[in-house]
Parts: sequence; C-alpha cells; structure tokens
Amino acid sequence: MPKDSGIGASDKRREDVRFLTGTGNYTDDINMAGQAYVHFLRSDVAHGRINGIDTAAAEAMPGVVRIFTGADFEAVGGIPCGWQVTDRHGNPMQEPRHPVLAHGKVRHVGDPIAAVVAETLAQARDAAEAIKLDIEDLPAVVDMKAALEDGAPKVHDDLTSNLCYDWGFVEDNKDAVDQAIRSAAHVTTLDLVNNRLIANPMEPRVAIGAFDRASGESTLYTTSQNPHVIRLLMGAFVLGIPEHKLRVVSPDVGGGFGSKIFHYAEEAFCTFAAKAINRPVKWTATRSEAFMSDAHGRDHVTRIELALDGDNNFTAIRTETLANMGAYLSTFAPSVPTYLHGTLMAGCYKTPNIYVNVKAVFTNTVPVDAYRGAGRPEASYQLERVIDKAARELGVDPIALRRQNFITEFPYATPVAVEYDTGDYNATMDTLEKIADFGGFAARRAASEKAGKLRGLGINCYIEACGIAPSSLVGQLGARAGLYESATVRVNATGGLVVMTGSHSHGQGHETTFPQVIAEMIGIDAGMVEIVHGDTSKVPMGLGTYGSRSLAVGGSAMVRATEKIIAKAKKIAAHLMEASDADIELKDGAFSVAGTDKSVAWGDVCLAAYVPHNYPLEELEPGLEETAFYDPSNFTYPAGAYACEVEVDPETGQVTIERFCAADDFGNVVNPMIVDGQVHGGIGQGIGQALLEACAYDEDGQLLSASYMDYAMPRAGDVPFYKVDHSSSTPCTHNPLGVKGCGEAGAIGSPPAVVNAVIDALQSGGSKVTHIDMPLSPSRVWAAMQA
Amino acid sequence: MYNFEFVKPSSIDEAVAALGEDEAQALGGGQTLIPTLKQRLARPARLVSLSGIAEMKGVGAEGGVLTIGGGTSHATVAAEAAGSYPALAALAGNIGDPAVRNRGTIGGSLANNDPSACYPAAALGSGATIVTNAREIAADDFFKGMFTTALEEGEIITAVRFPVPQAANYQKFEQPASRFALVGVFVARGGDGVRVAVTGASEEGVFRWSEAEAALASDFSTGAIEGLSVPADGMIADLHGSKAYRAHLVGVLTRRAVSAAS
Amino acid sequence: MIEAVKSRSRKRLITLTVNGEEHEIAIRPNAMLVDVVRDQIGLTGTKSGCSSGSCGACTLLIDGRPMLACSTLAVECDGKAIRTVEDLADGERLSPIQEAFLDQGAVQCGFCTPGMLMSVTALIASNPKPSHQEIKKALEGNLCRCTGYNAIFNAVLQATGQDGIKPIMF
Repeated sequence: MPKDSGIGASDKRREDVRFLTGTGNYTDDINMAGQAYVHFLRSDVAHGRINGIDTAAAEAMPGVVRIFTGADFEAVGGIPCGWQVTDRHGNPMQEPRHPVLAHGKVRHVGDPIAAVVAETLAQARDAAEAIKLDIEDLPAVVDMKAALEDGAPKVHDDLTSNLCYDWGFVEDNKDAVDQAIRSAAHVTTLDLVNNRLIANPMEPRVAIGAFDRASGESTLYTTSQNPHVIRLLMGAFVLGIPEHKLRVVSPDVGGGFGSKIFHYAEEAFCTFAAKAINRPVKWTATRSEAFMSDAHGRDHVTRIELALDGDNNFTAIRTETLANMGAYLSTFAPSVPTYLHGTLMAGCYKTPNIYVNVKAVFTNTVPVDAYRGAGRPEASYQLERVIDKAARELGVDPIALRRQNFITEFPYATPVAVEYDTGDYNATMDTLEKIADFGGFAARRAASEKAGKLRGLGINCYIEACGIAPSSLVGQLGARAGLYESATVRVNATGGLVVMTGSHSHGQGHETTFPQVIAEMIGIDAGMVEIVHGDTSKVPMGLGTYGSRSLAVGGSAMVRATEKIIAKAKKIAAHLMEASDADIELKDGAFSVAGTDKSVAWGDVCLAAYVPHNYPLEELEPGLEETAFYDPSNFTYPAGAYACEVEVDPETGQVTIERFCAADDFGNVVNPMIVDGQVHGGIGQGIGQALLEACAYDEDGQLLSASYMDYAMPRAGDVPFYKVDHSSSTPCTHNPLGVKGCGEAGAIGSPPAVVNAVIDALQSGGSKVTHIDMPLSPSRVWAAMQA
Repeated sequence: MYNFEFVKPSSIDEAVAALGEDEAQALGGGQTLIPTLKQRLARPARLVSLSGIAEMKGVGAEGGVLTIGGGTSHATVAAEAAGSYPALAALAGNIGDPAVRNRGTIGGSLANNDPSACYPAAALGSGATIVTNAREIAADDFFKGMFTTALEEGEIITAVRFPVPQAANYQKFEQPASRFALVGVFVARGGDGVRVAVTGASEEGVFRWSEAEAALASDFSTGAIEGLSVPADGMIADLHGSKAYRAHLVGVLTRRAVSAAS
Repeated sequence: MIEAVKSRSRKRLITLTVNGEEHEIAIRPNAMLVDVVRDQIGLTGTKSGCSSGSCGACTLLIDGRPMLACSTLAVECDGKAIRTVEDLADGERLSPIQEAFLDQGAVQCGFCTPGMLMSVTALIASNPKPSHQEIKKALEGNLCRCTGYNAIFNAVLQATGQDGIKPIMF
C-alpha cells in the first residue's frame, strides 16, 4: 500500500511552487551590481596554430573593459582532470594541459581563444569581431581510427600520439577469454557505434565571478551539479585560491544530466577576471555555445564477441572499444569508458570469462565526458544487442536465453572486479512479462501488418552501478577525489531541522525527498525539515549529484547524522525523564521510557538542548547539531527489464514507439512519483539516443549538428506513454536506506530495447538486417532495408 | 544582433517607401529573420516591420479563389481557410509549433523561400498568384531556387491568391530536428489538371514533378504513378537523409497525397 | 510620412502592459522581448533556453496568444498586452494548471516549466477539452529534457477535467 507520508509516500514536490510561479532562482536570474559581461571568441576551426591575436582595435571599442587571451593564464593551472587511468602496461594515461583560454593551438571548434569583458554583452560581441586572429589551419583528426594511425596529425604536440590510454580489464582474464572464445560452440560478433550525444539541459551554463577586495574572497555563481567539486578543482588546481577564500554557489539548476558535473574554463575565467578587473563578470552561454563547449557524451566504437557453449550458456565476452575523449580531458572523462563501463560488462549474466579493452583517443572535437548513465549505457547497449543477435542466430527466444544465463545467487563477484550485493533478475523479468502483455503481441503485430506496418518487440535487461562509491576503491582505480557524501543536521530550538547536504538537486526533487526520510526517522511532519544545498559557504563538504548517488550516498549521510542527533536527543530525554538512555524510545515525534507512560515531546527535547536549564551539562554539550560523512562500502546495483514495441513504416523507415514498459529494481523507494519521473525522463533521453539524437562532425571537425535545427531532441510527439513498475525490490544490503538510485536507469535500459525492437520488426518483414547504428532515423532504417 | 533603425508603417505605400533606402529589410513575423539577425548573419541598416499593415492581413474566399494577405499568420490561415481550402489550412496548421504559427506569416515564408518550407509547395502546387505592391507573379515564375525568388529589392508580398482546387492534399515528412519538411509534396487537382509540387527535396528548392502531373492528369490514382520516380541526382543530401532517400520519399509522399486527395 | 528613428543608438519609448500593469520602457530597436521582460521589467520567470526560437522556454502570451519572446522584438510589442508565468497564480493560490503540474509531478528542473505553462494556458483557453493529439500538438514547441513528457501530458488532462481518462494507450 502506498503510504501517505514519510518513506514510500508520493509527496508533492515543495520546490515546484517556486518553479511553477516563475520565482525559481537560476544562475542567469542573478545580476550583481556593477557586473560586466564576457563574450568568448571561439575557434571556428577544429585545429590550428595561433600565430597572433591582435586585440588593439578591439580594446579601443566602446564599453570594452579588458580583453584576455591565453597569455593571461600562463601563470595559472590548466583545467584539471579528476581521474587518472593506468594503462594495460602499468603506465599512466597521457594527460595534456587544458588551458583556460587556448594557448599555442586551438584544438576544437568552440575552443575559447579570447575573452572580451565589456559593459554590455553587445559591446563585448562587437569588440570580439574586431579582434584580428592569425590562425594557421592544421589538418584535423576527427575519426578515432584515423587518429590512431601512424603519422596522424597530433591534437597535442607534446604527447607521443593521440592515444590517451590502452586499457585492459581485467588484464589477467585475457588469455582465458581468448581461449574460451576459440573453443566456443558459437560466437556472435557485433560491431556497433554508441552515438555521440549532447546533454542539452534546458538551462544553458552560466557563470558569474565576483571578488570582494575587503575580505579577499572570490565567489563563483555557477550552474553546477557539485559546487564543492568546482571549488576544489578550480581553487586548488587552476587559480590557487584556498577553500576559505572561495565560495561557489549553485542556486536552482535547470537540468544537467552529467554535463554540469565538470569544471569548465568559463567558470575559472569569470572568477579570475572578476578579481583582475575588480568587478563581477557574468557569462551566459548561448545555445550554440552550449553545443560546442558543454562536454559531449558517449561516442564509442565497439566490437563485442559473445561466446556460448552447446547449451547456450554464455562462456565468454570480449570487447574492444575506441572511446573518444575529444580534444582535452574533461573532469571525469577517463573514468567513463573504463571503470563505469568495463566493470558493468557482465550485465545480469554469469559469464565466467570477460575481457574489456578500451583505447581512449584524442580528436579535434569537444571534450567528451559523463552523460546520463556514463559508460553503463555503452556497456548495456553492446551486451544486450549482442545477446539479441545471438538469440536470432541460434533461433532461441531472447527472453529464455537471458533467463538461462541470469545470475541468481548473491553476493556475486563478476569477472570484472565488482561484487553485486543483491538482485533478482528473474523477478524483474516476471514483472515485465506481467505489465507488457507479451501474450497479446502476436495480435498487435497482425493488426500492424494489416495497416501496412512492421511491428517489433525488443527486450533489454540492464544492470548499472550507482552510488559511486567506496573512496578506497575508486582511489585505487585512479579517482583523484573521495566519493563519500556529507550532511549536517541542525536542529533548531523549536524543533525544526535544517539539513545541509553536499548533494545538489538539478531537478531531482531533493528538497522534497530528503525531508521525507528524516521526518520518518523522527516521526515528525516532513514540513519541519528544510534542505540547504548548493552553497559551499553553507554546506561543509560535498561531492555532488551524479551517478544516481544522491539518496544512496547523500541520503545515507543524512541518516547517519540524524542517528547521531537522535542518540544525543535520547540522552537529553533520558535526563528530562530521569531514566536511563538505553530505555528511551523515539516514536511519532515523542520520546518515551520503555514500559512506562512517561513521555517527552521532540520539541521539548530540542528546546532543552538550547535552553539547558535542566540539562546534563557535565556529560553533554548543549545544542543539537551533527555532521556525518558517509562513504559507502560498495556500489549499488539497480537492474531492470525493459520492453519496447515499435512500428516501422516500411515505405519511409519511420519508427514509432507504440509501447514502452520498464520493470526496475531500485531497492527501497522513498517517493514513487519522483522515481517514476526519473524513469520517464531517462527513457525519454534513451529514446532520443536510439531514434533521434546524433552529434555529428564533418571530416574537417566542423560540428554539423550545432543547433536544434539539426540536433533532434525528443519532443512531446516523439514519445509513447510509459508503463513503469518498481515493485520488484531487493533492497541494497549495505546502505542504511536500502536504496539503489534511479536517475540513470531509463537512459541505460531503453536504447537497446528500442533497437532490438526495430531489428525484430524489420526481420519480421523478411529483412536480413541484423544491426543499424543509432540513431535509427527514418533514412538510416530505410537505407538498411534497401541493403 | 547589430542595431538597426526600426520603422513600422501602417500602409503598403509607406512600407514601400521605407524599404526604398539602402540596406532596408522587410520584417514579417520574424521567425526566420530574427534568429538570423541574432546570429549576426545579416546586418540591415533598417528593419521595416510589416506587422502594422492592416490591409495585408486576413483570409477571404470569393469565386473559387482564396486570397490571403501577405501579413497573415499561419495560425490565422489554419483557422480561417479550414472551410474553404482544407488542404492549405492543414498545411499551415502543421508549420512549426503554435508559437511559430502565431507570428510567422505567409508572405514572409514565400519571400524567404526556404527549400524546406511548406508554403512554397502550396503556392506552386495550387498554381497560386503572388501579389506584390508592384505586380502579380504566377507561382511558376516566382520561385528561383533556394532562398531566391522573383521579388525585386524592396518588393513586398501583399497577398497570395490561391485558386481552390477540386481536391488537394499535402504530405509532409518532417526532418526530425527542425520539423521543416525533409520532403513535402502538395498535390492539387483542379480545372487545369493536376499539379504536384515538391519541397524539401531538391537543391533547386521547390519544384513541380511534371512526370507525375502528366500521369495523374489522365488517371488521378496512385496506380498511375506507381512506377514513377524522381532522379536522386540534384536532391539534397544532409545529416537527415541521402539524395536517394529524398527521391524515394517524393514517390511515397506523392502517392499518399494522391490517395488522401482521391 | 513615417517617423523613422534616425539614430540607431537612440532609444525609443514603448508601452507594454505586462500582467495587467502598464510599463513605459526605453529600449533600443534591437532589444528582444525576453531581455526586456527579464532585465528591465525584472520578471525572470520567463526563461531563455535556446535564443533561436526552437525550445519554447521563453513562451509567453502576447494579446493572449503564445509567442516566443526570444524571437520577438520588444519594439514590435508596443501597446500590446503581455502575460507571463508570474501572472498565473492568484496570490498564494496556484491556478488549476499549476496545481495539476504539481499533482502530476510534471516539474523536474523547472526550466521549461514557465514556457510549458504558458503554452498549456493558451491551449486550454481556446480548447477546454483537448484530445490527446491536440495536447501533443500544443506542446510540440516546448522542449522538456527531464520529464519525458508523460507527466506534463497527464497534468493537462487533469487541468481539463479529463483525469478520468487513463493516459495509457494500452
């Protein structure tokens, strides 16, 4: 039964009132007294040598305050990378310098060359046009295979090649995998591309830098998913500002999907320039700037082989992937194709031998980094596509083949270094079979055929790793940050709570969900709990919101801090009731002494903590405020089974999604309405990847899909109604809430289901096509049908 | 965008005078021009808004001819032509989205002659007459290739006259990002025979598919054009479709339009 | 004859009635409506998502019709009535459309929400019982990257008293 309050209740989102009334406070809504505006002059060539930048005429233009170029940033650090991958041979990855403003060379279309700060934005743009650039065109490398060839133009002259790293995982498995594939009864091979995407949150990035000469403090307002991470990266590695002199604030953030995790050059610029000119400096990205400066996502080229024995048991998986890094290493870029991808290659299946090889490649394109799912969609896509292909080759039912190979005993240590704590993949598949009405498919297919359409059904069973993750583990894997989360719970004298969390909502409804958890623990109304986030001056520390980690890690930190609060409050209550701590029970917002009718209200205990007239001052400090840092002992492993039904118009190749069902196991669920919304949104983006979205470059490195006129975003008419179900639940065994995370599931689970469905539809019409690369646009589907 | 001088005349004569100056540019609904200016891809010295000219607005039907003022929005055409020329109203009602349809105008669309726009197909397919401040131009003489028309500098489309055919239909296959026509085919059967106009497909902009017209003239049925196709050569190729795909779609959509209009 | 503004840099005065309140504002001819509403009138509820007429985040009502403030010159709106998201609620009381968005979980990051609300407000004003197809068509200009659109769709059904219709097509 759905609850009407606390954990499990679909509380309405309290933050929505401001979003619905136009009173949200997004970064671009902030204007500071005396602010100047910056316009970045960006490269219009993919690769070129900067021989000269003549700003003299521009400096004289009306309203110009100051013009900055790469030379101004020689003395400060480059934009750092937060993850160092070690290659197959034990060597560190090649890590190029990423200057704030291009210096020496430009390396992708959109690389900032100069920054014009002026009184108005129009004046800044006018002046930028007056800058005379002497840039010598260099041949660009765009295609990853070409980039790795001998003699290919080098993106970075000081590196030995365009290879960032050649990573093997797990290297010790390699021989056994090769052997298993050689001796297999059947091997299915699939070559595929995981298409490059652009996250496209509806709010473009914004940065406002400010400097207070009196205190010497710099402030950055920025559209970030993790302001503390920006403070650390920018303060420590780029500008050399200690944390206590640097405040980073992210107010309401209009979507991110990963693209607002990273520290961007524009943030460092505005902070730097504000101090240099002693005025606030504001930058608001245009959408076209977003297309060429926000980190892109995906962009893998993969060959996967799946080996099976004579009984159709999976015996080995071998994959080779080229992963595009773009021109520089974005904050978490190296980790995405490695530890967020290779570790998930077992999927839901007990395949004994797995080896993953990834070559990360520099190209003259925008840097590529995490985008909703980050590595896990790439893993799930190749695995679930190759399983589907194998089922067709072997003439077996794709669901039966999956069920036969499911992992059924937990904990399960995969051959790719992670241990699944819990799961029940048959249960989610059972749920899917229940909600998706597979029994009626034949009749629906017949009806489609009657209307001249081909109908197909596609299945996907994904697994992902969320709640990233134990600091000790990720440290070994190359992370340069810890991955815990912190929370401070402050109880006020009148009983209300303020919770400061390092997680930061950019649409997930934290201000609603987190109070539900804490209110349930204490037994008070959720309205008594307020969330503070997104400001480094208010929240002690934070690693932010990404990788579906906020509830599993950030929520767990809040639980731990609240447990400390309750423990102390019990001591106060014990004193007030002249009882022993051990006998105090907290229920429905009141402390009572077990086995008696003695009771004291939550509010009275809180008051006593701050008005300690009757208080055990010898043993206990006054006040009621606790901080906890929570570092999980493992990832969490949400998993699920998805089904998609499509119709294909055989005359045009147009694919329409007729039905989409998702059965997820997220462990415990705090707010089902919000979880539904997360799954819906993920599926929407997954459908976008599968059918619509393609970030495309031409061979010279010009971005062809540089606006919404060419980059196809899913619109209301492109998506079906979704049926989502998260009733099959195996709670996470190692965090206090038993939660797993739900933010990325839809984006991971949906693309393989869609593509499998289209292939099924085409083959039902007699086509021999076994694969089409995403997006399955009408023209691509039609072309595949002609082949 | 760069700055400019802005004038908003209330009559056609005033507008023509205002456009007489160098580097003056007429502004219709601005749904294409404004984004172009914002990207600083054009630098008119003066913008002459046509939105204040009452005589250029409205839809009227008389004697089998539908006359639409050049400043009439797509939304107005969708609503007011629904009874008299449903195929045209449906076409107007599927341009862009509601906000675009409320500002975008028929005159602006025809004058721009985007190779993927819908209105050029309707005008050419209907055998419409484009009326300007100076003259009347048959649609057959109006479209001169991508983004090029017979309009002289400063000439304004004041109205468009559509002879209402006996039957017509427009089939639009949307480019998935822009939702302009990847290919659009307007088929009209009238007293003078059959006209088939294709937008979105050709590097030359909107064109008439005369082979199909001839076949349909004697037998207005999908069977009549079953084996016909346009050559892929000369079609547009881009991210969203090859030449061959567009050529193929011309055939498919023509058959669908004929079927829907039959 | 027409009175042309001779100097391009010269500002002119226009009158906008925004949410029922008359504003006399000095603007340059190239000022976009979205910037005037946000920066000069101070109503930042209207959002700028793409600045090129493709995403719908800046949708507001001009004389009752939904239009894109990023693709409309402010000077073209002289004398017109503008309605923005800030006008939908009656004091503390949300409008039925806002209430439905809240109930259905139709808001996530909130950035597309103002434009979405204005498109829906215009739809319902002209069509109190829209069909599924009409709702999809009314929303086709408004991009939402968070919700996958289902909850927004359900909100429109609720706001039009059609929440009895299960918005599940199978």
